[in-house]
Amino acid sequence: MAETLLHRIAHARAGDKGNRLNISLIAYDPALYETLREQVTVEAVTAHFRHRTPSAVARHELPKLHAMNFVLDGVLDGGVTQALNLDAHGKCLSFHLLDLKVTVPEALTHLIR
Amino acid sequence: MPVQSIRVGSGAGFSGDRIDAAQPVIRELMTGGGPTALMFETLGERTLALAQLRRRENPELGYEPKLAAILQPILPDCLKAGITILGNFGAGNPPAAGRLIDGLMAKAGLNGRIAVITGDDLLQADGLEVLRAHCPDLPDEKLLISANAYLGAEPLAQAMAEGADIVVTGRVADPSLALAPMIHHLGWATDDWDRLAQGTMAGHLLECGAQVTGGYFADPGLKDVPNIEEATFPIATMNADGSFVIGKPPGGGLVDRRTVTEQLLYEVHDPAGYLTPDVAADITGAEIVELGGDRVRVDGIRGHARPETLKVTVCFDGGWIGEGEISYMGPNAAARARLAGEMVRRRAPQSLKLRFDLIGVMSVLADDGGAAWRDFAPDEAAARDVRLRVAMSGPDKESVERGLQEIEALYCTGPAAGGGIRLSSRRRISTISCYVPRAAARPRIEMLEARHG
Repeated sequence: MAETLLHRIAHARAGDKGNRLNISLIAYDPALYETLREQVTVEAVTAHFRHRTPSAVARHELPKLHAMNFVLDGVLDGGVTQALNLDAHGKCLSFHLLDLKVTVPEALTHLIR
Repeated sequence: MPVQSIRVGSGAGFSGDRIDAAQPVIRELMTGGGPTALMFETLGERTLALAQLRRRENPELGYEPKLAAILQPILPDCLKAGITILGNFGAGNPPAAGRLIDGLMAKAGLNGRIAVITGDDLLQADGLEVLRAHCPDLPDEKLLISANAYLGAEPLAQAMAEGADIVVTGRVADPSLALAPMIHHLGWATDDWDRLAQGTMAGHLLECGAQVTGGYFADPGLKDVPNIEEATFPIATMNADGSFVIGKPPGGGLVDRRTVTEQLLYEVHDPAGYLTPDVAADITGAEIVELGGDRVRVDGIRGHARPETLKVTVCFDGGWIGEGEISYMGPNAAARARLAGEMVRRRAPQSLKLRFDLIGVMSVLADDGGAAWRDFAPDEAAARDVRLRVAMSGPDKESVERGLQEIEALYCTGPAAGGGIRLSSRRRISTISCYVPRAAARPRIEMLEARHG
């Protein structure tokens, strides 16, 4: 087993609508999808974004794309028209998700980039 | 007469997009034959409110400010090659945009039909009554700036059936700009949900321009993009059966499984129900097939009946926002920046909401409550190059200007060695979304015959 950053096994993109943020998380290799599914849970993501006090976090699974879609409500300081944030869209936040630590099973460590 | 396939390209993915993006797409569309269209998506959530404010000041304004610069270089080629142009660049004033395009065509000696689509504006006619009935959080009437329903592809396709060469709209769902030429040329029924969903998701992949061809994507060493500064914009090839391929003209950028997957899920919430005025698209079964040569096929998209309501974005006066910054460097930089922020906090008008960031220590993540500072505990003492940012919002311009003045005064009254102050302020436009019955929006098509050739 090897501990690494999510950044080394998956890529992500953030999008905003109002005060709602979505972040897609896509395994570089389909074999790593199960690792994402087991470890990047709603609980883990809620904890990782706790300083933004999300009112709800949902995870949608897309196994055929070896991807998941996270929807975080209430994390954009009111949304792009309201926020006093520098990054009012939350565009940077996909890479905050990729800063999560994950553990990759021994058989898959060769897939860490 | 329905054909077997059509190609739709993207010329812009937002109002501030590259001004020369369309040319390589047009060159590609001019080769290969078959019907072609070019879409311009230039209307963000609050772009429309800004446009409405411009229209209030001058009834001949209120369309996309760069419209002439976008269209002037490309109109001759598009009209000659029969590339239909569809754009929401009419923004808050599609009729004025139509007249401007007619003027551009007169200057260039061109002939063509310009379709102007209206009916999205709910602040006209009896729309306000509908809003009152369906928007529980509707602000006071005198604060309202704009309220526009998202129209679907139908009126745009109808305009093409009536011979439009250029279709000018205000608020329409972004993917509908691409779906309309598919409906028109491929003869799709408006309740053929699977095909409408496939066309909608093809439009979704096109609507942000380079975001599917290598933009908003590069991560050096992990996701490299060749000739990123010359990334060409996407073209979708849509077949009559709803199968489609996303590609791009020769040049920089790339289209592969990764770029398409990221953009397929961009701004999507529940992947089983991506809602537009045209259809409810279901991408839970979507599959990506790389064909090589920057071409990707997307299979497995299904559709369900369109929603019974239309989304409306209501924009209203939200007061003013101000931002000010000042830099500190060397030993104790963060402590001096914090002291400067504290000074502003004590002296600024109480009516202002304030936010403080230390750029160089923590800025993107720093939430207003301070929790990020506790949770992430950045090493402030190590920072040698810190820029205090103060953001403020208030009910009026005067209070925000007064708050900014306290930042400017830091030059002579603040902590040691503060420099590089920059100040800015702007009107804040607040938005809410609500849903109204479809009948509340009555799309209209006005056809302008431009005969200047």
